[in-house]
Amino acid sequence: MLAGIRTQDLRKVYTSAPPLAAGGGFVVRRKSKSQPAREIVALDGLSLDVRPGEIFGLLGPNGAGKSTTVGILTTRVRPTGGQAWIGDYDVWAQQVEVKRLIGVVGQRPNLDFTLTAREILLFHGAYFGIESQTRAARAAELLERFKLTDRADQLARGFSGGMMQRLSIARAMMHDPQVLFLDEPSAGLDPQTRLLLWEIIREYNQSGKTILLTTHNMEEADALCRRLAIIDHGRNIALGTPAELKASVPGGFLLRVRFGHHSPELLERLEKLSGVREVRINADSDGENNADLYADRGGSLVSEIANLAAGCSVELSDVHISEPSLENLFLHHTGRSLRE
Amino acid sequence: MNWKTFFALLARDAHVARRNFIPLVLQTFLQPMMFVFIFGRVMVSSGFMSTSYKSLLLPGIMALSMVFTGVWAVAMPLIGEFQFTHEIEDRLLAPIENDWLAIEKVLFGAAQAVVAGLAVIPAAWILLRPGVDLNLQSPLAFSGVTLLVALLSACGGLALGCSIDQAKIGLMFSMVLTPLIFFGCTYYPWSALANFPILQKVVLANPLVYASEGLRGTLVPQFPHLPLVAVLLGLLIFDVLFLFVGLRQFRKKAVA
Repeated sequence: MLAGIRTQDLRKVYTSAPPLAAGGGFVVRRKSKSQPAREIVALDGLSLDVRPGEIFGLLGPNGAGKSTTVGILTTRVRPTGGQAWIGDYDVWAQQVEVKRLIGVVGQRPNLDFTLTAREILLFHGAYFGIESQTRAARAAELLERFKLTDRADQLARGFSGGMMQRLSIARAMMHDPQVLFLDEPSAGLDPQTRLLLWEIIREYNQSGKTILLTTHNMEEADALCRRLAIIDHGRNIALGTPAELKASVPGGFLLRVRFGHHSPELLERLEKLSGVREVRINADSDGENNADLYADRGGSLVSEIANLAAGCSVELSDVHISEPSLENLFLHHTGRSLRE
Repeated sequence: MNWKTFFALLARDAHVARRNFIPLVLQTFLQPMMFVFIFGRVMVSSGFMSTSYKSLLLPGIMALSMVFTGVWAVAMPLIGEFQFTHEIEDRLLAPIENDWLAIEKVLFGAAQAVVAGLAVIPAAWILLRPGVDLNLQSPLAFSGVTLLVALLSACGGLALGCSIDQAKIGLMFSMVLTPLIFFGCTYYPWSALANFPILQKVVLANPLVYASEGLRGTLVPQFPHLPLVAVLLGLLIFDVLFLFVGLRQFRKKAVA
């Protein structure tokens, strides 16, 4: 059975501190003075439709609501409003059916420290009612796939961060779930292991499984996801394939320039340069002497910008060029950088 | 209800308990046995206590071991798993209602408490003999009381384990368990508090009183003890109360 993921107008308001798994970094918004409880709006009407068999990415900065979304979809967070479905099952009303369909890799390690790597997989399989011979074979296969065979019979307590992460992913795949949730799967992995993980994720997806992953790594989203949703402040601010999303940024290239002082005349002239699609005062900085230029070309513009600046007696103090990327896209939509 | 999952959860806990068998045994029996040795053996043989104290002490020690074991077996893993290792998250994703995971913990803790309680009898008997005068008149009443005491300890462990912050474990022992033990009629019968009428009423709010008095009444009925009906009622009320509070707290921990 193929299963997709759907959410409709999902809201989550934490009245106490959000759980660690939900990331943190939320913006506290107090609705009125008469309301004494500290309310943290983590999700503000999020609607998603992940098709069966697709790798879908949730991209956003810390505190955007990614982990809360995963928490709700995996029965670990109670939604304040809205609905969510895995396949045909309502996540909140039919939890047991939903749990059967999903595999989850959380953001923080949660391995059973009193068990060995192999036992962790075996018991996980047992919880899902897998028969013991099948369990043993599948555990051995996953340990091998994740290059953990030589440590299989040691307690997980002594594993390095990267090994724990690999084991967590193996465990989530143990019962062969239709839908796999990966919350920041490659955080803390070395580049080599990251590539191995990407390969395994693609392979798993090819067997018809739906995968939802959260990340703030552009490269990862670009490399793996068929479609992406960009989330900020608990809202979906852009949705599409990585290519579509990148194409939606005017020009694609982003030149962040800093001048000695603010000059409206210079900004006007910059806008008229060939290839420049949009000029914005950089919202990140305090003063107005930083500007973002969205353009069709990158490096070749620098000398022209320098000439224009000199013509207006403005000193050009810094230029940073980025090529078409999801990072630019995020900046374009939110005025903020993803890494903040 | 998904029995396969439920038994797998039990099997996991049994596996972990087996792996930690020796520390578990030491932690369960060392303190009560030292107590038995000092009070039942040293104090009696030196003449500071009468020989009959040996028989009076045994049920109290049994109650103490059971309550301590049950609370420890449920509360400590829950505190660690929810707040430190988060390893319970994998089991919260097992295809079973979350409440069953809490109930599994309670059943497993209660089973450990029964084993600990029953093991105290031969162990204390060896340490104290001669002079222990056990007088089991109704095995049924004894089994009933033992079972309710075991559930009391495990449900208490669930309530404590899901309510107490990791940083306050020390406080749990000094503020909750220690007063419960000293005012729990473990080392003396409830009737011994007759000279402290207010205290005698207040300690009736201590569930351990019903555990000690119940075991005393069924194992060594020759000593004064609370009536069986009062004991069963007291244990039942505390069992239900702790289970109710424990499940509520567990749900709060399990789902944000």
